[in-house]
Amino acid sequence: MIAQLAFYAFAAILLVSAGMVVSARNPVHSVLYLVLAFFNAAALFLLAGAEFLAMILVIVYVGAVAVLFLFVVMMLDINFAQLREGFQRYLPIGATVGVILLVELGIVLGGWSLAPQSAGLRAVPIDPNVTNTVQIGRVLYTDYILLFQASGLVLLVAMIGAIVLTLRDRTSSRHQSIAAQLARTPADTMELLDVPSGVGTKGLGFLRPKVKEPAKVAHDDHGHIGHDNHGGHH
Amino acid sequence: MGGTTDMMLPVPLSHYLAVSAILLVMGIFGIFLNRKNVIIILMSIELILLAVNLNLVAFSAALGDLAGQVLTMFVLTVAAAEAAIGLAILVIYFRNRGSIEVEDVTLMKG
Repeated sequence: MIAQLAFYAFAAILLVSAGMVVSARNPVHSVLYLVLAFFNAAALFLLAGAEFLAMILVIVYVGAVAVLFLFVVMMLDINFAQLREGFQRYLPIGATVGVILLVELGIVLGGWSLAPQSAGLRAVPIDPNVTNTVQIGRVLYTDYILLFQASGLVLLVAMIGAIVLTLRDRTSSRHQSIAAQLARTPADTMELLDVPSGVGTKGLGFLRPKVKEPAKVAHDDHGHIGHDNHGGHH
Repeated sequence: MGGTTDMMLPVPLSHYLAVSAILLVMGIFGIFLNRKNVIIILMSIELILLAVNLNLVAFSAALGDLAGQVLTMFVLTVAAAEAAIGLAILVIYFRNRGSIEVEDVTLMKG
């Protein structure tokens, strides 16, 4: 009974917050409602007995993805009122498509039934005596090892892709030029002089540097990520 | 409908499916509604994938089959990667154009 009430409460909050995600005026509020939606979805997972996935959902989505969204929303300096201009215009077509899809899903939902032999077709039957996490671990690293490795590869490609996409050469940053360093010879920077005894070092003039110091780079360019070359927006 | 012997759900399976169907429709509705704001579109895609995950977990619990939960984990992985790449593209798009309006994307020819 309590589990049923909890299900309906969490499902209601999930759907309301999902509606707020797509209709909130401020994108920061959208992200916060997305966090709320993920928390409630995790609760629904928990009620279905998927404890490990519920915790993963909280850690990965609330802890990483939603915070990433929040970073991007706050980093980009956007006029959000301007972005909502088409809101009224697209409302009818969006509502039409949504209602049609919902009706179709309702038809599918009302007409299906499980195959009678479905209990025998299970790939990994759940053992009620073993905890959920242990059971997932047992099959994830054995039966599904190839999928597991492939998902690791997907994450690696995504990481490299995101870094390559957003990496940008700054003129103010000082990179190490390894080729120039290796091409230096002692003769370029060092001069051997014969210093006669009894003569001061002033007259020889070896205190001047032979190679000029690199020019100072202006440091006023820091802390303006993504603001430098958008013209005439504000 | 539903009704296998070892049902682990507190409510009938159809209730879970109804919640996830409404969630999916809300995600698609959000894509149509916020045509200009790519950030909300990405969040709507996350909602759609969440509906998929809810479906998989509900069927996994109703049928007593753990494979659905394993598949949910892979969907989560792909969704996280997609969010990271999408936001990276968004950041460089904003850097080049000074706005994130998707309708401008048609200008990017050649």
